[in-house]
Amino acid sequence: MSVGTIWVLAEVAEGGVASITHEMLAKARQLSDDVVAVFGGDGASIAEEVGAHGAGSVLATGDLGGALPGPSIAGAMAAAIAGGAAPKAIMVGTTYGGRDVAGRLSVKLDAPVITNIVDLADEGGLVGTEPIFGGASNVKTKFTSDKPGIFLIRPKSFEAEATGGGAAAVSALDVPDLGATGTAVVTNSFVEASEGPKLDEAAVVVSGGRGLGESDKFELIEGLAAKLGAAPGASRAIVDAGWVPYSYQVGQTGKVVKPDVYIAAGISGATQHLVGMKGSKTIIAINKDAEAPIFGVADLGIVGDVHKVLPQLLEALNARG
Amino acid sequence: MVEFHTSLAWEIGHKRRKLTAMKVAVCVKQIPDPADPGALDEATKCLKRDTKLILDESDSYGVEMALQLVDAAGGGEVVLISMAPNSEVNGLRTALAMGADQAILVSDDALAGSDALGTAKVLAAAIQRAEPDLVLAATESSDGYTGTVPEQIAELMGLPSVTFAKSIVAADGTVNVQRQTEAGYDDVTCPLPCLVSVTAGVVEPRYPSFKGIMAAKSKPVDEVTIADLGIDAGSVGWAGAGQEIVAVEEAPAREAGEIIEDEGEAYQRIVSFLDELKVI
Ligand SMILES: Cc1cc2nc3c(=O)[nH]c(=O)nc-3n(C[C@H](O)[C@H](O)[C@H](O)COP(=O)(O)OP(=O)(O)OC[C@H]3O[C@@H](n4cnc5c(N)ncnc54)[C@H](O)[C@@H]3O)c2cc1C
Ligand SMILES: Cc1cc2nc3c(=O)[nH]c(=O)nc-3n(C[C@H](O)[C@H](O)[C@H](O)COP(=O)(O)OP(=O)(O)OC[C@H]3O[C@@H](n4cnc5c(N)ncnc54)[C@H](O)[C@@H]3O)c2cc1C
Repeated sequence: MSVGTIWVLAEVAEGGVASITHEMLAKARQLSDDVVAVFGGDGASIAEEVGAHGAGSVLATGDLGGALPGPSIAGAMAAAIAGGAAPKAIMVGTTYGGRDVAGRLSVKLDAPVITNIVDLADEGGLVGTEPIFGGASNVKTKFTSDKPGIFLIRPKSFEAEATGGGAAAVSALDVPDLGATGTAVVTNSFVEASEGPKLDEAAVVVSGGRGLGESDKFELIEGLAAKLGAAPGASRAIVDAGWVPYSYQVGQTGKVVKPDVYIAAGISGATQHLVGMKGSKTIIAINKDAEAPIFGVADLGIVGDVHKVLPQLLEALNARG
Repeated sequence: MVEFHTSLAWEIGHKRRKLTAMKVAVCVKQIPDPADPGALDEATKCLKRDTKLILDESDSYGVEMALQLVDAAGGGEVVLISMAPNSEVNGLRTALAMGADQAILVSDDALAGSDALGTAKVLAAAIQRAEPDLVLAATESSDGYTGTVPEQIAELMGLPSVTFAKSIVAADGTVNVQRQTEAGYDDVTCPLPCLVSVTAGVVEPRYPSFKGIMAAKSKPVDEVTIADLGIDAGSVGWAGAGQEIVAVEEAPAREAGEIIEDEGEAYQRIVSFLDELKVI
């Protein structure tokens, strides 16, 4: 069964194709037998990897020469559609670059974007599922026109899956003249150093919140994370307070994580935090307030003081060697 | 936290005479108090909005940034742009009390049910009236968090844009922005006029002073309808939304877990739990 052509915006991260792209390709393949990866860069550099994950072909703009890519990619997509290309759906990741593409494209096509999607299904037309109220309810939305449906997809919504396909065939996607809209240019890129497993890939995540009391106490989180081979994470409260960098933030405006085990220490469990970690296989929470919402999603909840429980836990784990 | 480098501020101060005054338009959304969670209206599938709306905290960063940029430019104006039902000005007054100079409010019954694109069309038309050098918005609102409105505004206005700014410096007709990325940040330069969307924490928003609150009461709020903006009712509101909610469903609840009160031994249960999960 196929809903028609699906375009998937391909992005790269640290040299390889980004996980969100793999995830979307896997979903697109379930829905369509014509899956096209659209890329703002050199198509040959991703053809093999996206092919192996289910893309039949790649439409690529070629090198964008330092321009912030959103306007170029959206412009090229819109031009191709004006020229006769007719994707049924365009899947774009909820990433820094992805939202730029979706917003610009939506205006060019005069078509809305359905955002924050965690599932996509063919119910006589594509229907996107968006969690609201921290995931307590799901809203299902479909488009009412026959224009291409633009869906912004949240990371970790689908399981990536290699299909063993060969390299995807690459064709050129022409970038039209963008006028003033294309004039933002990246002059430098800085990578924040981080050690250990990546937050959104780690099998175990240990996160701390305002309940730690003070910045120095984040050491407790780092110590436990190091012991468990886990990635340290944080609530927005302590990111905003400057205790840890933004890259540690879990939640609606931070990273979506789905580890085997998520340990939340001194985190209340605000809806915006829950949407970022609720999909974890097992959740352990430590909070001194028995009424904290985090206990509503915890498989093991400890009503207690992090300053007592965490040091004891660490000591016990160290004693085991 | 991003510091507005003192040396830079000094430098900008010195160039003051060379810089022309800067006009900054800031999009500010007025939203129901997030502390009061609200609910979806069964009939319209929209968030119920029957209480007084407040300034979205996410937009307080844009307001503060605008005030600082105008200050650094040695003069100019901060114009607030908002679309809200029932001639709501409560949130606008907060931003005016912080120091913004004036506001344009679009309030029109025809706007009920607008999606993000419809909202962007209205805001873009209102911003056009102000003819700003720079447009600021938050990366996403606290209540709708679609996160597409700023980029849609930029495209509608034919402007370049930089999203996810964690710092902004304006000088000589360009903005230099540190833009949040997955791995760290990018330095981005962009000519004015342009749109920049800011993240929480780009600057520390000031609290309105008593003097500011008093002054805000007499600052101009220009209330307009979509007809004033030359917008056709068919392209916004329910009529313009090219999407339809087909269902709202309860998500399957997680099974209740094991909750224990710590009496000095609870850590042992975590150890055995991690053991069962084969994490250790
Ligand atoms: C638009 C928007 C987006 C947002 N995005 C995010 C996001 O991506 N991620 C995110 O996390 N938040 C996000 N938030 C913020 C969110 O609403 C909460 O404010 C935040 O998650 C609270 O962080 P916290 O749990 O650390 O702090 P608090 O809510 O202050 O909770 C601290 C908890 O620690 C407990 N505690 C205190 N002392 C101790 C102790 N000694 N031992 C044990 N427990 C203790 C308290 O009982 C309390 O439950 C967002 C908010 C908005 C409006
Ligand atoms: C649960 C829920 C889900 C929704 N899903 C979708 C969806 O999938 N697609 C869709 O198109 N719409 C959706 N909407 C509708 C959308 O939220 C509204 O159209 C809203 O008017 C614009 O969106 P936002 O607040 O999400 O904008 P965002 O793009 O998140 O806003 C970013 C910034 O733009 C500025 N801004 C936005 N609105 C205003 C305003 N009224 N006045 C001044 N400045 C403003 C602010 O600076 C704001 O911080 C949804 C609404 C809800 C409540």
